[in-house]
Amino acid sequence: MTETRAARPVTVDPREIGKFARMAERWWDPEGEMKPLHALNPVRVAYLRDRIAAHFGHAADSGNLSPLEGVSILDAGCGGGLLAEPLARLGARVTGIDAASETIKAAKAHAERQGLEIDYRRTTAEELADSGARFDAVLAMEIVEHVAELDSFLCACGDMVRPGGVCVVATLNRTMKSLLMAKIGAEYVLGWLPPGTHDWRKFVRPSEAAAALRPAGLRVREVKGVAFDPLRGDWHLSGDTDVNYMLLAEKP
Amino acid sequence: MTAQASHHSEECIDAEVVIVGGGLVGATLAGVLASSGIETVLIDREDPDAVLQAAFDGRASAIAAGSRHMLEAIGLWPEAAAAAQPILDIRVTDGRVGRGPSALSLHYDHREVGEPLGHIVANQEMRKAQHRFLPTLDRLLHLAPMTVDRVIRRPGGVEARLGDGRRVRARLCCACDGRGSRLRQDAGIRTTQWTYPQAGVVATLEHEKPHRGVAYEHFLPSGPFAMLPMVDEPPGTHRSSIVWTERRDLAQKAVKLSDRAFGQEVLRRFGTSLGDVRPVGPRFTYPLSGLHAERYIDRRLALVGDAAHGIHPIAGQGLNLGFRDVAALAECIVDARRLGQDIGTKDVLVRYQRWRRPDNLMLVAATDSLNRLFSNNFGPLRVARDLGLGAVNQIGPLKRLFMRHAMGTVGDLPRLIEGRPL
Repeated sequence: MTETRAARPVTVDPREIGKFARMAERWWDPEGEMKPLHALNPVRVAYLRDRIAAHFGHAADSGNLSPLEGVSILDAGCGGGLLAEPLARLGARVTGIDAASETIKAAKAHAERQGLEIDYRRTTAEELADSGARFDAVLAMEIVEHVAELDSFLCACGDMVRPGGVCVVATLNRTMKSLLMAKIGAEYVLGWLPPGTHDWRKFVRPSEAAAALRPAGLRVREVKGVAFDPLRGDWHLSGDTDVNYMLLAEKP
Repeated sequence: MTAQASHHSEECIDAEVVIVGGGLVGATLAGVLASSGIETVLIDREDPDAVLQAAFDGRASAIAAGSRHMLEAIGLWPEAAAAAQPILDIRVTDGRVGRGPSALSLHYDHREVGEPLGHIVANQEMRKAQHRFLPTLDRLLHLAPMTVDRVIRRPGGVEARLGDGRRVRARLCCACDGRGSRLRQDAGIRTTQWTYPQAGVVATLEHEKPHRGVAYEHFLPSGPFAMLPMVDEPPGTHRSSIVWTERRDLAQKAVKLSDRAFGQEVLRRFGTSLGDVRPVGPRFTYPLSGLHAERYIDRRLALVGDAAHGIHPIAGQGLNLGFRDVAALAECIVDARRLGQDIGTKDVLVRYQRWRRPDNLMLVAATDSLNRLFSNNFGPLRVARDLGLGAVNQIGPLKRLFMRHAMGTVGDLPRLIEGRPL
């Protein structure tokens, strides 16, 4: 491990690295603050793996452990890399962007320890789109409900999809059910999320996400619900899109 | 991460899983993982050439149907099939030395379940099959003979320091290093251990009449006496492997008897249904003891097979339990890997432990009580045993359930044991 590290130019203060490694551990503790995202990860990684592999004609059968080989993916709002790392292990060339430089440093520290090559950058979707970056797949997972300008953010995401590519948006629908379950239920009753994590008024209806992607030339192909099974304690795909959902759009 | 790149690296080898211990369980785990696409390094103390050239050493194992399903699924079974004798019938009887088996006996016929109940394979042949199979896997790096100086397990990964100065970096380390597992001790995992007042005598016999695929388990006051059918080798001869539990002092004497006297002792216990018998190859004796680890996992470490549990050989299940560990752990690893997860994290390991530990604990307890129930000469208990065996024989569904247990095809089964792909 020491040899490979020494070969790279040292640009960060080691104390900083230690700080971000600790922060990464918070992101990566399955029982910690990010527990809800960890719980959500299997269903969303499986969905992305199957849909993206199928879209690009890759074998997604059980024998292929790298079904995303060679696919370039942008994870917009990557956080600590909870999604970027699994996608990289499945063979994708992943770029992760986040607006917070501390988060990006934490994500980098974790990926390096895992021996994964992920291109993490502190930037915004708009800046990256303006630079001309293009990807086979652009992901906006559990992020649009936190951005200031939904239309501008999703349009930038759509612009970065290469012709023939896909965009996946995962978020919370703005319905009475989501107000009860995702906001009041998850934050106040179940205590899954710290109160104030979400502002229900910023939740996004599938039609609104579709409208924001349209100017970039994307067409919605599928909207899938994601539901929690309280007995099994896990998440699964469902026909009910009233609370959590994933939307898949293609650029012809 | 690619096998090609790592094979040429002198200093540091990158893999996903590093397996320490290349015995039957470790080599099978390596075969299962590598054939599922997981980059695997197997570190084995023994020289493969020595294994391939070794003469028959007299020991054999029962491969339950469920275990065979797994070996078939990964493509290893064809390598072993020619040396594997199918068990078509198991006859369980109760008896006393010098008399024939009791009239009431339990009789398991493979026609009731539709496939052989299991196979008997000489350990040496199984090892050879593995050594022919492993080099065909391009995701496997088999380092043998090779020692491990130490294994450093960190939150972010494991590193094995090899005897030749090289290092192997991986996400997970699997301890297949046997009963005395150094990795288990280094992890501070405690064990429950116990000893039996018996020793096991293991030998191979040549007998006059063909065995017709019948395995016998004869319960004697000193412990069970098993006669397990082997393939006719050389052709025209008939062989069976015996596992004979006996008081320790007597076991020590038995292995030193002349061939003729040893054959006589066997006949006194087994009867003459296979005609005259004589031992071939070396005879072994080993003390019988049990062991169970208080936990199977630690940071980036999983105990597999004998490193986690050792049971009384009464039911011939030790190796099969190890194979079930292999199938379950491989399933946990591959399922996690398909979701792009780090395969050495706690949630993956916890799933493995929750799956296997209760199952093994049950068999550890069951074989222990089976031994206590049968290893005595207490009159009323003998009658009850005979009636019990006879009763089981009369009740079809109960008997088929017992058979499926012995075949390893009941319970919460890993996909490979059910004969499905991973």
